[in-house]
Amino acid sequence: MSEHIVPIKIYLSIWLTLMVLTGVTIWVAYYDLKQFSVIVALSIAVFKALLVVLYFMHVRYSSRLTKVIIAAGVFWLIILIALTFSDYWTRNWQAAF
Amino acid sequence: MISTAPKPSEVIVPPQRHYLNAGYGVKSWLLTTDHKRIGLLYLASITLFFFLGGAFATIIRLELATPAGDLVSSENYNKFFTMHGVVMIFFFLIPSVPAVLGNFLIPLMIGAKDVAFPRLNLLSWYVYNIGAIITLYAIIAGGVDTGWTFYAPLSTTYSNTNVMATGVGIFITGFSSILTGLNFIVTIHTLRAPGLTWLKMPLFLWAHYATSLIQVLGTPVIAITILLLAFERAVHVGIFDPALGGDPVLFQHLFWFYSHPAVYIMILPSMGIVSEIVATFVRKNIFGYKFIAFSSIAIAVFGFLVWGHHMFVSSQSVYAGMVFSFLSMAVAIPSAVKVFNWTATLYKSSVSYQTPMLYAFGFIGLFTIGGLTGLFLAALGFDVHVHDTYFVVAHFHYIMVGGAIMGYLGGLHYWWPKISGRMYPEGWAKLGVLTIFVGFNLTFFPQFLLGYMGMPRRYHAYSEEFQVLNVMSSAGASILAVGYLLPMIYLIWSMRYGPVASANPWPSTGLEWRTSSPPPPENFEKTPVVTWHAYEFKPRDQAEIVGEF
Repeated sequence: MSEHIVPIKIYLSIWLTLMVLTGVTIWVAYYDLKQFSVIVALSIAVFKALLVVLYFMHVRYSSRLTKVIIAAGVFWLIILIALTFSDYWTRNWQAAF
Repeated sequence: MISTAPKPSEVIVPPQRHYLNAGYGVKSWLLTTDHKRIGLLYLASITLFFFLGGAFATIIRLELATPAGDLVSSENYNKFFTMHGVVMIFFFLIPSVPAVLGNFLIPLMIGAKDVAFPRLNLLSWYVYNIGAIITLYAIIAGGVDTGWTFYAPLSTTYSNTNVMATGVGIFITGFSSILTGLNFIVTIHTLRAPGLTWLKMPLFLWAHYATSLIQVLGTPVIAITILLLAFERAVHVGIFDPALGGDPVLFQHLFWFYSHPAVYIMILPSMGIVSEIVATFVRKNIFGYKFIAFSSIAIAVFGFLVWGHHMFVSSQSVYAGMVFSFLSMAVAIPSAVKVFNWTATLYKSSVSYQTPMLYAFGFIGLFTIGGLTGLFLAALGFDVHVHDTYFVVAHFHYIMVGGAIMGYLGGLHYWWPKISGRMYPEGWAKLGVLTIFVGFNLTFFPQFLLGYMGMPRRYHAYSEEFQVLNVMSSAGASILAVGYLLPMIYLIWSMRYGPVASANPWPSTGLEWRTSSPPPPENFEKTPVVTWHAYEFKPRDQAEIVGEF
């Protein structure tokens, strides 16, 4: 398997982006965005995680099989959340009959 | 009838050089990266834990021989059944087939020299042992009493026992499971011999591939759950405690997201073993190869969608319960596909009733009972009646002991000639499998009746009307114990005194049988080229296999 060499400039710029986004997360936390505060915080976190997975973990330069495995992991997380919420979202439903 | 012992005319000469004599001394074992030796290291570790878990079971069955709680206090009884579950599930059943037989056989079956990451493989054994030692410390330091399920808020708030140490032990051991699964996935993807396409692979490999997927995708969730539990217990972060803004049912969701698929980690590899044994001992191509192969993958995927059936009476929404009930019924389909295909393979065949085949028969029968009673439990109304009763205990022991352990022992016997280079004594082995079958059914069938009559699990005392069935169960357990001791004794005996095994004693078609018994350290003299399907047998009177060595 050939190793992809990533220029150090990319690593540094990704690191810088992550640091800036951490700052943004803290800055946003001081504003009350009502129901959007969780969404904003999570969106930033997901974007940061994506950068780490794609660049620091080299997934962007990896084989399709590796990408499929990573996608499976994300899909499994969706299963965990979706079926757990099938409980929480329907707990207060009234019986239809 | 194919003789298991060599005929006097054909003296079998053991190979000069093999993995067992490639090096002697403690260092050659503890620093080995040979997958075959690592498999044996795992065999030693998990056998130790099997008998430890068995010792806890003995105390439980002794206590339950009488209705009064007269042998151990209720607090200690809680600890004994908890430690029985923790030891048997995390330290025996989950690693059992993959870490021992999977490790030993996967590279042999795909015609490779070793697994993809041999050093990672050794690391997994060390990680397992570190976790095991920490859990042993927790046991010796006074044990843990939460049940193997560690439900909040008992585990997070109220229990005064060694929850943290046990949690750390399980957390660490989980990584060994992930490493093994990862190794197998990469090995099967990248190291198959020339010509060995996916649909030519033995079904044992499909089963292990599916198992590895569960190990890699599911185990991190139990690790996270244990971490959250530890955070709440140590520093009172509100995750599961309603007083802190948490939800105890969330613990059950997270726990069972891993722990239900974990049942498939235990049973899928045994299903793979049964497929190999059935094909070999009827000398027929397996019926519905593709269905069996893809049903393994289907079980691995669907297994992740059913966890809520453990939570029907937990205050989980009824609507979620209905979804989980339906999905649980659905997972029975791929399991039934396997049972029907094995049965169809047996149809109008001439069966060779040797020990591995007897274990396979045991598996098929007992797994079917365990699986069908699982459908009872997946039905919402019936589950409310038998939830937390001995019916559930009987059901999952039919799967885990009647299924998984029967398969494990069947596989151990089937590949023992390959592992040790010796044949085990067939008469004793048959006595062993018979003893296990009788002992198992006498132990656990009465528990179905007890549960249906309403005897709850996890109590050390019970009403007098339950005594007859409980005495039957305890008597069965003592027979079962003898049944498990027998193989341990004669298998160890056979390593020195058993007749020398040929390269392919049954004979079977797999690549692992096309190298010497025991195999050389690098498995094959030269890389094999696979030109045959996994189960291409010639008729019995021409007892040989197709393909070139």
